[in-house]
Amino acid sequence: MDDALTGPAGRLPAPPPPPGASANLADILERVLDKGVVIAGDIRINLLDIELLTVKLRLVVVSVDKAKEMGIDWWEHDPALSPGTRRRDLGAENERLKARIAALESQETQGSQETRGSQETRQIRAAQETQEE
Amino acid sequence: MTDRDTAAGSGPDDALLYAYAVARDADLPEGELPGVAGAAREPVRAVRQQGLVVLVGSVPAAEFDQAPLRERLEDLGWLERVARGHQRVVDAAAARACVLPLRLATVYRDERGLRRMLAAGRSELDATLDRLDGRAEWAVKVWTGPGRPAADGPRPRGSGGSGRDYLARRGAERRAREADRLRAEEAVAHVHAALLTLAEEARLHPPRDARLSGRPGRNLLNAAYLVRRERTRAFRSAAGAFADRRDGLRVELSGPWAPYSFVAPRETP
Repeated sequence: MDDALTGPAGRLPAPPPPPGASANLADILERVLDKGVVIAGDIRINLLDIELLTVKLRLVVVSVDKAKEMGIDWWEHDPALSPGTRRRDLGAENERLKARIAALESQETQGSQETRGSQETRQIRAAQETQEE
Repeated sequence: MTDRDTAAGSGPDDALLYAYAVARDADLPEGELPGVAGAAREPVRAVRQQGLVVLVGSVPAAEFDQAPLRERLEDLGWLERVARGHQRVVDAAAARACVLPLRLATVYRDERGLRRMLAAGRSELDATLDRLDGRAEWAVKVWTGPGRPAADGPRPRGSGGSGRDYLARRGAERRAREADRLRAEEAVAHVHAALLTLAEEARLHPPRDARLSGRPGRNLLNAAYLVRRERTRAFRSAAGAFADRRDGLRVELSGPWAPYSFVAPRETP
């Protein structure tokens, strides 16, 4: 049975004191909060959403000013948070709105010309009719 | 499949399943980790499926269900207890087998949820175990020393000099600081390059924030190295040799850690 416990590969020779017992909290938190397999549990907790990570712990796990430099830039890919995306979206939206306004205006102009035109036509007809009387 | 919804209506004294790590079934033949207490000081057991094993513990819903968990995570004392428990289990398992540590607070309602996860993630977990088998993570941090007094701010001595003297002095100090910085960067690059030759992979983590390190000096390098078992000795002695350096840099080694930093494959930019 002991053979089974050592496992097939023999494992590390003369292991030094494991980090689990002696490591400082920051070293542990850096790993357990920020690394390791992210796999969906039934209890949905996004550790990045937890408020304390934005304050004290974020300094342990990620010093914010360095985060971007290190390529941690999830907020840039979140459309709700990214100023870049928002600007692009706003630009596109602006273009759409301008086009729509232009279309409406041209319709309205045509429409009002038609209205005016028909009014004029009616007035002229009316005038002609009164003249004829 | 509405089982999640029905399970969610469970009573307050129901236990949830906290998952710590995944390993190969054959590597962890024993059913429990004897004497190892989990995040809630609970005994740890194994759930097996399709050649994989997950180390789990039953934890109280009053602490680990969604709402209380969110609240407790704000409590540093509680968080420390859970983080240390998590690491304790992962560490005990990693001493016996190649394990993939899961992120803190990966919690399931019951074994069914856990087994669903195993079934869905099996091929990826398998591939990751293949990639990491026989390897461990070693952490290396490099810190600057307390710093040269001359490099910190203008010296009060010679304050009676002319403006030109003052500017010259400031210029010299700036150049000295810059030279120090370059020297430190070169030294760090040298340490990193040397350790990398003994490692399979490395990850550069953000430097530890000075406000929390509680020690003098700046954290210049915060790296993790994936080292094959047979290279452990060479890696440790190389890192140890750097620890004796006399240029004021401090090199710290910790490990072996479960391969926390390497569970995700290297990102290709």
